[in-house]
Amino acid sequence: MLDIAVQRQQGALALDIAIQADKGVTALFGRSGAGKTSVISMVAGLSRPDSGHITVEGRALFDSAKRIDLPTHKRRLGYVFQDGRLFPHLTVRQNLHYGMTLVPTAERFVKEEDVVELLGIGALLDRRPARLSGGEKQRVAIGRALLASPRILLMDEPLAALDAQRKDEVLPFIARLPKAFDLPILYVSHAMDEVLRLADTLVLIEAGQVAAAGPVEAVLARPDIPLFAAQRDAGAVVTARVRAHYQDDATTLLDSPAGLLSVRPVDLPVGTPTRVRIAAADISIATERPRGISIQNILPAHVVGFEEAPDGRVNVVLDAGDKGETCRLWARITPRALHDLKLTRGMPVFALVKAVSLIRGEVAEHETLPMSTAVGE
Amino acid sequence: MDALLLTSAELEALRLSLQVSFWGILGSLPPGIALAWLLARRNFLGKTLLDGIIHLPLVLPPVVVGYLLLVGLGRQGVIGSVLDQWFGIVLAFNWKGAAVASAVVAFPLVVRAIRLSLENVDQGLEAAARTLGASPWRVFATVTLPLTVPGILTGLILGFARCLGEFGATITFVSNIPGQTRTLPLALYTQTQIPGGEAAAARLCVISVVVALMALLASELLARRVNRALQG
Repeated sequence: MLDIAVQRQQGALALDIAIQADKGVTALFGRSGAGKTSVISMVAGLSRPDSGHITVEGRALFDSAKRIDLPTHKRRLGYVFQDGRLFPHLTVRQNLHYGMTLVPTAERFVKEEDVVELLGIGALLDRRPARLSGGEKQRVAIGRALLASPRILLMDEPLAALDAQRKDEVLPFIARLPKAFDLPILYVSHAMDEVLRLADTLVLIEAGQVAAAGPVEAVLARPDIPLFAAQRDAGAVVTARVRAHYQDDATTLLDSPAGLLSVRPVDLPVGTPTRVRIAAADISIATERPRGISIQNILPAHVVGFEEAPDGRVNVVLDAGDKGETCRLWARITPRALHDLKLTRGMPVFALVKAVSLIRGEVAEHETLPMSTAVGE
Repeated sequence: MDALLLTSAELEALRLSLQVSFWGILGSLPPGIALAWLLARRNFLGKTLLDGIIHLPLVLPPVVVGYLLLVGLGRQGVIGSVLDQWFGIVLAFNWKGAAVASAVVAFPLVVRAIRLSLENVDQGLEAAARTLGASPWRVFATVTLPLTVPGILTGLILGFARCLGEFGATITFVSNIPGQTRTLPLALYTQTQIPGGEAAAARLCVISVVVALMALLASELLARRVNRALQG
């Protein structure tokens, strides 16, 4: 259990943040300068709140009322910085051992072999950081933090400095951490794809305040947070469950609040909860059920509203909810199409889904709520 | 071949020069690191003044430094009398005094080089070490200091060279006593004051050049090693 309530005046920014999170990944999401990094910096003791408290697993790291302010080196943290910060004068092995050797043997609960294997850094141990690629550096940095047997893992945009390819190389390793080490993880990010892939809990930070907090789908489904609709990469995130596999057809069928979704074969047991993402650009709209079309996913829906998209197009907000449930989808069309189809609010239409991407193989049980929302990078 | 062998006076001057420089630089290193750290990392009242005082020997004529040392550390000096009576340490007119004079004159160079290097150490690395459980002292010993080694090395070499060449402060503070305070530069100067001493002066000059060159080469080799160790 992580309990943070801190206030700090930081230049013009008045930080006032309260977060409660269980084990698993809690993502702090927001624009740069919103105060995300400041929060974990305070948890680490690298900066000091003006007032408030920070408690990890019942242990107070900071409490202005009780005058508790543990120095950083006594807080038992793992901190993964955006820029890795490996010690250049030490080998990878020495870097990994740096925090580990400072923990009494009896209190070490992270095994070196496990970390090395999980992160796939066995071949790098005798190298110097200068000879590692960006992705390798970040994996070593994660390993170094884990080997300090931390009570909480703080990750400050660990993928932000990496290109897309390296990012894909490191993401799966991070995704495995919560289960492998049973740690609370605070994950700072401004990239929605990382949040969707990793987070259980989402804390939205805007101008030093918590704008919303809760399970990822629940936060993203809130209509009062038109967070991502305006973004280029907008789309909906829908919680679904594996229903059946059809080997002869090379498809997997998912149960979703919008009805059945046919996707490319997925190697997951039937019944597994998943998160899928349907980009606004991947949905077309038809006013009648089309015939003679190769698209498999044709979902009955009705028009809820219209939003401006950044490229001069229009996002049509749809509700494709089945059986009385709500399931929001976004479809991006041209103004001309909007005019030709004469779309109006409440009008029944069909959403033609051209692609569905599976974001996460497994999500926690609480995320199986039938919710969806528009998201984007 | 005899011309290649050093005379006993030359050997003595050489040995004395190396001894004085070695202890001079060794003595100025710990306070040099401490003050460099203070100047690089801390803000306090009078920082500019302290910085100025440390740099004084660089801008003052060495003779003035020597005179001040004589007044302060001489047997009748304010500090010198205390050292003499309480600890039995006498600095005036012996090689220890020469080492002190060298140390004082070389000190600004040592502090400067180390401070520059310290300012280049990424403080993010120190923060990372702290998050991994290292106490401030451990951070300093295992991260800050190793990463400052290039600067310390530069300071050592610059300071050593300055010690080897020290003349004005030494002759003013501890005079020019053969076997006690007559280092290479003083010996050379002495020869130039004696009629017919040109040949001896020239030999001392060659010795000085050789010593300086060897120090430079050694430092170059060492620096390469350090860089390899730091960057892998």
